[in-house]
Amino acid sequence: MGNKILKSILATDCGSTTTKAILIELTENGYRLTFRGEAPTTVEAPFEDVTKGVLNAVKEIEELSGRQLLEGDEILRPEKDSKTGVDIYVSTSSAGGGLQMMVAGVVKAMTGESAQRAALGAGSIVMDVLSSNDGRLPHQKIERIRQLRPDMILLSGGIDGGTINHVVELAEILAAANPKPRLGSSYKLPVIYAGNKDAADRIKERLGDITDLDIVDNIRPVLERENLTPSRDKIHDLFMEHVMAQAPGYKKLMAWTDAPIMPTPGAVGSLIEMIARRDKITVLGVDIGGATTDVFSVFKETFNRTVSANLGMSYSSTNVLSEAGIENVTRWVPIDLDDAEISNRIANKMIRPTTIPQSLDELIIEQAIAREALRLSFKQHKEFAVSLKGVQTERTISDAFEQSSTGETLVDLMELDLIVGSGGVLSHAPRRAQSARMMIDSFLPEGITQLAVDSIFMMPQLGVLANVENEEIQESAEIAALEVFEKDCLIHLGAVIAPIGKMREGRVALTIEFDIPEEGIVKKEVMPGEILLIPAPYVPIKTFIIPDKNLDVGSGKGIEVNATIYGGVNGITIDTRGRRPFILSTDNEKRVSDLKKWSASMNEYPEQ
Amino acid sequence: MAHSYTPGLKVLGETLVEKARILPLKGKVLKEIGATCEPDDICCSTNLPGNVQMVNIANRLNVEAIEIPELMKKSEGDAVSKGDIIAESLGIFGFFKSQIHSPADGTIEAISSVTGQVVLREAPIPVEVDAYISGRIKEVIPEEGVIIETEAAMIQGIFGIGGESRGELVMLATNRDEELDPDFIKPEHKGKVIVGGSFVSIEAFRKAQSVGVKGIVVGGFDYNKLKDLLGYTLGVAITGTENLGVTMVVTEGFGKMHMAKRTFELLQQHEGDFASISGATQIRAGVIRPEIVIPLNKDMLRGNTKIKEVGSMEKGSLVRIIRAPYFGKIGTVQSLPPELTKMESETMVRVAIIRLSDDSDVLVPRANLEMVETD
Repeated sequence: MGNKILKSILATDCGSTTTKAILIELTENGYRLTFRGEAPTTVEAPFEDVTKGVLNAVKEIEELSGRQLLEGDEILRPEKDSKTGVDIYVSTSSAGGGLQMMVAGVVKAMTGESAQRAALGAGSIVMDVLSSNDGRLPHQKIERIRQLRPDMILLSGGIDGGTINHVVELAEILAAANPKPRLGSSYKLPVIYAGNKDAADRIKERLGDITDLDIVDNIRPVLERENLTPSRDKIHDLFMEHVMAQAPGYKKLMAWTDAPIMPTPGAVGSLIEMIARRDKITVLGVDIGGATTDVFSVFKETFNRTVSANLGMSYSSTNVLSEAGIENVTRWVPIDLDDAEISNRIANKMIRPTTIPQSLDELIIEQAIAREALRLSFKQHKEFAVSLKGVQTERTISDAFEQSSTGETLVDLMELDLIVGSGGVLSHAPRRAQSARMMIDSFLPEGITQLAVDSIFMMPQLGVLANVENEEIQESAEIAALEVFEKDCLIHLGAVIAPIGKMREGRVALTIEFDIPEEGIVKKEVMPGEILLIPAPYVPIKTFIIPDKNLDVGSGKGIEVNATIYGGVNGITIDTRGRRPFILSTDNEKRVSDLKKWSASMNEYPEQ
Repeated sequence: MAHSYTPGLKVLGETLVEKARILPLKGKVLKEIGATCEPDDICCSTNLPGNVQMVNIANRLNVEAIEIPELMKKSEGDAVSKGDIIAESLGIFGFFKSQIHSPADGTIEAISSVTGQVVLREAPIPVEVDAYISGRIKEVIPEEGVIIETEAAMIQGIFGIGGESRGELVMLATNRDEELDPDFIKPEHKGKVIVGGSFVSIEAFRKAQSVGVKGIVVGGFDYNKLKDLLGYTLGVAITGTENLGVTMVVTEGFGKMHMAKRTFELLQQHEGDFASISGATQIRAGVIRPEIVIPLNKDMLRGNTKIKEVGSMEKGSLVRIIRAPYFGKIGTVQSLPPELTKMESETMVRVAIIRLSDDSDVLVPRANLEMVETD
């Protein structure tokens, strides 16, 4: 295996608004990203053919690189010479609304949640979770299934050898609803059954004729263990075979690619999982798009993904406004504009989703929306990324003092090592300080946390590249993906240091000593309510932190911390604005002056 | 040559409009190819499967699910009326029997000996699809519906609320920057589609509702006021099912926005003509824009219905700017420099240099332009 060395790779990500193409070439310094191009996605009328957007994005690379990549309307493969063609072409896609699923499980908090985790992990949007105990009457469930028209349904329920009745009842409800797929009516709706194996025959009886039924291993064979992989893999297969094949132009696109098209979030998630495993760290990743925001995390070696289907920067901008409330959006805006004007501007972005902020005001408003979209998505993620519920744990007397239980969130910000931001508003922010500020304000990291952004939003393409399964090129593709990830994808912004605990006005919150190579010792005393930026490169920096007696930066209240941290293109940010809770002043004048002060100290926006 | 794809909204004086009128489920098509139709004509009809009721017989009779089949008084496929006995327990020595009555009229669809449930399907719900526009039946899709074609003037809006509606066009604004004042709306506008200029306030909208206006076409509306109209905050732009009595088509966007000159003039030209409008909007995959379709009669035709292909944007293209600070301005592309250019926001973007009507040149991100389609 792995005997072919790839010399050039073309990869695209067809997002809901933009199609992004990257060219990776094998250079003297290994695999490097050499050129990129982008164009509006063309799934919608008047084009209704995703490949047009792909060709436009690729044409842009052609123009910039001088390398011929297209022959007519085809991608030229394999590479003929260093100026003609590429060895392979791969793609991800979230256009056309991505993959929309409905999942069902017997107990909402148990098999229902496992099914949801499998569907989310595979990169889908979960439209609804049906369960025997969700409080809805059968006819309400039936109406809901009919109304939603998902692309696919994942049905689970019961541990192996456990209850049959409930899961069969769910199948009966599905059968009564007789759901039709969202795209096209010429095929049967794909249903995956991943529940109690003893019920499989009954399920086949109920759903075999009216749906396209696939049976895979139980998602929760025993209460203590989840088995998500078979369901996830099946979702990926069906996504390709059924859903993608129905979207405009995808048949053509599928014929072009050298590996199956992956749903964008599935590809990003797999890359984040890979980083966490390789570096043995806890990671939080976020991808904020036009319609949806995805949050990925690896805490306590457990991967979780959530997708907030209606939190995003363009199609969903007004939904962010509606869920967060106008006051939560405007609190980040230090400009004198009335609420109605700000709402109208945000709504205009929704109806013209591909436009770009030309003026500074527009940029500030967009970044305020981003902060709220990120905050709300992260809140949903914390609620979902929990330990398995319903697990029997043996308790000893010592556990009586530790109040841990099943179903608690795995997300612990004090434990968090790295936040990776991705998506246009973070990756393409004109200044990196803006990306850092958006992530700090919305996630409110605690203790010491490294921040990074996906430089030009190429995690999806690298994710699909790292997952190429063709044996001949698999090894070379994975090497290329990881090398480009190291060298060109991640931009390290620098660490953020943020204490938790009650700040005491007028007293120094943190005293910090940095030993910055080639610069020497830098000592800072930071008062409460400040953001301070220490310019420092991405090198190991020995750091000694003395928190005030009520404050904790990771070792406990008032306890000193000795750590090695990293700077980055932005530098090290010290944030003493407080946590748990973080509060912006309700006094308008003070709020605006605080915002301006923090922006100035981070050099966030151009002076006006 | 530098180019860029930017779809715009259609504002066409004469074009061939095709409308698919399709049933949600297979049914009967009532029109034949070549037949003419009026907006109110029914083209096809069907019956949607009725609502489903699930009756848990096993629980209610307190027996095992497996015993259900022998206790059933009705079989799968049987029609039942509300109150009919559908199952009965054996009782004790034939006495003290418990009975389960049908909760509705319908048909027994399934009896499950695994879960003990009976699925009862209520009577079908009839659905009819009308023609929406006047025209000819171009194609019949057997059992599914028809495609109607007509020569018409057609305008796409950017956002709308309310479903399909129709009526005679009445211009209430005298110019494209005039607001639609509530006082302009009179009882005689009942059943009409009224056209405003730059803005319609919620007061004017309410007045239109009370008078019985069928539709409003206007440049802008306040986003915040949508909540007052709909009773909920509109988060995601998927509309068309609102039941407000008045359908609204917003041509430019949220806020006070002068209606595009061409749009306003085209509507003016058709004052008094009959228009079919739809507020249905979906700004997502499979985008749907609200529309105004004004079928043309024979003497209005110029024989120029060929729809021009949406071309690439290139030097000389007529474009419209769709974001601040030049929102709504129309100009011609002077050049499309290939290199990235820094904006005031410091965003690096591909730009176009646009010559505005006052002969000044401005730099605009290409993404903030849309092609103005002409015919």
